[in-house]
Amino acid sequence: MNTSDPAAQAAETITVALVGSGGSGVMTAGDFLLRAASKAGWYGMMTRSSGPQIRGGEAAAYVTLSSRPVDAPSDRFDMLYAIDWKNAERFSAEIPLDTASLIVSGEAGATVPDAFTKGGARIAELDVKALLKDVSGGRPNMLALGVVCTLMGIQPDAVEDVLESRLGKKGAMAIESSTAAAELGAKCARDLPSFPKLSTPAQNGPEHWVITGNQAAGLGALRGGIRFVAAYPITPATEILEWMSPRLPKVGGNLVQAEDELASINMAIGASYGGTPSLTATSGPGLALMTESIGLAIASETPVVVVDVMRGGPSTGIPTKSEQGDLNLAVFGLHGDAPHVVVAPTSISDCVFTTQWAVHLAESMQTAAIVLSDQALGQTISVIDKPADIAFATRRLVADTVDESYNRYALTGTGVSPMSLPGTPGGQYTADGLEHNPRGTPSSTAEDHAAQMEKRLQKIVEFDYGSHWADIDGDGDVAVVTWGSMTGPVREAARRVDPDGSKVRVVSLRLLAPAKPEWLAEALDGVERTLVVEQTHSAQFYHYLYSHFGLDTNAEPFHRPGPLPLRPAELEAKIREWTRQ
Amino acid sequence: MTAESAPAFAAKDFKSDIKPVWCPGCGDYSVLSSVTKALAELQTPPEDVAVVSGIGCSSRIPAYTNCYGFHGVHGRALPLAIGLKVSRPDLTVIVTGGDGDGYSIGGNHFLHACRRNVDMTYIVMDNQVYGMTKGQPSPTTEPDWESGLVPGGTRIRPFMPLVVALASGANFIARGFSGDPNGTAQLIAEAIRHPGFSFVEVLSPCVTFRPEQRNWKHETHPAPVEATNDRGRAARRLATDDGFNTGVLFYDNRAPYMPPVDANLTDVQQFDREFAV
Ligand SMILES: Cc1ncc(C[n+]2csc(CCOP(=O)(O)OP(=O)(O)O)c2C)c(N)n1
Ligand code: SF4
Repeated sequence: MNTSDPAAQAAETITVALVGSGGSGVMTAGDFLLRAASKAGWYGMMTRSSGPQIRGGEAAAYVTLSSRPVDAPSDRFDMLYAIDWKNAERFSAEIPLDTASLIVSGEAGATVPDAFTKGGARIAELDVKALLKDVSGGRPNMLALGVVCTLMGIQPDAVEDVLESRLGKKGAMAIESSTAAAELGAKCARDLPSFPKLSTPAQNGPEHWVITGNQAAGLGALRGGIRFVAAYPITPATEILEWMSPRLPKVGGNLVQAEDELASINMAIGASYGGTPSLTATSGPGLALMTESIGLAIASETPVVVVDVMRGGPSTGIPTKSEQGDLNLAVFGLHGDAPHVVVAPTSISDCVFTTQWAVHLAESMQTAAIVLSDQALGQTISVIDKPADIAFATRRLVADTVDESYNRYALTGTGVSPMSLPGTPGGQYTADGLEHNPRGTPSSTAEDHAAQMEKRLQKIVEFDYGSHWADIDGDGDVAVVTWGSMTGPVREAARRVDPDGSKVRVVSLRLLAPAKPEWLAEALDGVERTLVVEQTHSAQFYHYLYSHFGLDTNAEPFHRPGPLPLRPAELEAKIREWTRQ
Repeated sequence: MTAESAPAFAAKDFKSDIKPVWCPGCGDYSVLSSVTKALAELQTPPEDVAVVSGIGCSSRIPAYTNCYGFHGVHGRALPLAIGLKVSRPDLTVIVTGGDGDGYSIGGNHFLHACRRNVDMTYIVMDNQVYGMTKGQPSPTTEPDWESGLVPGGTRIRPFMPLVVALASGANFIARGFSGDPNGTAQLIAEAIRHPGFSFVEVLSPCVTFRPEQRNWKHETHPAPVEATNDRGRAARRLATDDGFNTGVLFYDNRAPYMPPVDANLTDVQQFDREFAV
């Protein structure tokens, strides 16, 4: 190999797109690629994209691998490997290629669509069909795995390791044929044009995990003590429910599939009333259906956690793509004055912490907590440092013993009053969505309404949220304020503009409601200009900060709806242009 | 308890001191009384009973009992009660409500609660009207009933709750009449004792918006035949009876639903391992 070839130099980060038609196994190849790289010590992430078909149909796996943690989609692709080109053009807007990119066509004689070649990418072809002729049971996706791993410098034993652990259930034959195909791919790779190798990963860092945001949210929920889940399937939240379902009984809990979201939120409230920390997970359409009953949880002071994995909206929208458009619904969507908590994870890893924290907040304050995750966090599979196991001393304030004077909604001075659980003699009360007096008896007097409203607000406003309300990185007189899945791309862009973190401050809000204008003001102390980054069409977050957080009138929104991700390069360009002004 | 000792709980021990908001003469007073009598008969301590409801005049019952209660939102009492019962199987769970709450806005939950067959008792006070919102037709209202909202009547065939309950899988089906509080108390006690989802439809007049329902005392009568556990027979009877047969009409012995329980509990930390590279 020619060492003066720039492509032959080590790269810190490499991104590959694998595409193919239904049944070609690109998702499996992508998954194995990520896992093989993780075994060899690299970080990475993989996102999936697919056509509208329920099963089968063209699919694309986008895999970014790096020797440092990856928290953003990449700006461009180093390689596009097509197992075949059927309907592949559908993905062209999602796969930016340039002259440094390599296209590998696994379909002999096929023309690569213009949409991919117009950026000037190099093209190589493999006659995969002919190559696999003599490998019994050998599949093109496993050959692709061998090609890609070898081009990037992922060791064959890492690939073998993954094949053995992932195909173990399918038997020795499957492992053998896949290994043979991958080895053949590795051989072919040597004849392909030069391609950068991944730079060596750090060897003795922290333990790595391979996890999706949805699994992470499920784990955070269990760590937080959730022991009852009511479920109604909806993309892209279903995996939280499916991950939790078989695991809940192992920790003494359970999951019930409900007939709809009206039922699931009420089942969760009912279980929580009985003393069991409870959760449901959904996406925008389901959250919309749940809002009336979230108000019930708030009025009756019954803790409940609702995870909303946001997708493109409104209405059924774009179920498989990410957007942050449920912010207004989560913060303002309840009828009446209904103080509650809205939190958002700032990364895939943080889905563990933020969901666990949400349980802690809901239980401690006896209120509803909404977790706003999104498709990009939820369905991306990522190699991360093992998330810290943070234990909160979460305990619902329970009235263990009660006497005659027990009042469920007593005005305690903190807004939180001891809750008696069914089975406790003398603690009987009726939880009610009707306004009530301290005892719980329905009341429509101005005094009771004012006192109970104040109680429900006070406990949420005065709660000690610690430093968890936001992630703040860097310093300097310009700031980017963002939230949720936009945090990764913003951080990456800020790192490029300002590697030592002295010029650009990044503030990602984890606590979206209640609004804490004084904390944001403090975090932005000394900042002259603020950019607000979000993935919505109407700049919901910007308007929310403006109306409820006293955001400076100089602040500027930078926003766009899904389905295309906001890539670090465009944010970088924006920050550079804007810091120059 | 030994045979000689006095019962620990009387009906009044299940009543709270809160004065109902109901109109004088409303059938729901008697249903409340039947519920408390049934609980006294069962001698379940009030703190081990949860009464769950939605919204409507009839849904006000929980606070009038001395049990744990949940007065939720309109139509959603059944799922709330299901969440409670599956996570607290030790409790006796009773759901109360009206025909609007249960068959209209909550209709879907009614089907699925019957199907799911969780061990609880559902008492619907059917007055064939929306009482609380002052006199609109409900799913069980006759098609030609005049009202301000739907002049000339709904022209829609009434919903048949017992037939639907049977088709959906309820484990116990009975009809009572509020004018017979002792008989209704017996039905409720039996419904609570019966495992699985027990459904008791109680004809309970709304004297304010359906004063003609006072006449129900002349129309209701004990069912002329014994309760059956034969689905086909029950289907024919329930579909063709005059709507005024009272008593237990159907019972089954489907095993109540409970989510799976794992005997070998582990620690949450165990799950960390599946993610480790
Ligand atoms: C979501 C919602 N829609 C409408 C109402 C208004 N509402 C209150 S009670 C009721 C009907 C009650 O009828 P029913 O269940 O038959 O009970 P009844 O009052 O006759 O006992 C309605 C429509 C409400 N509280 N919530
Ligand atoms: S309106 Fe009808 S149902 Fe409601 S309390 Fe009065 S009589 Fe009873």
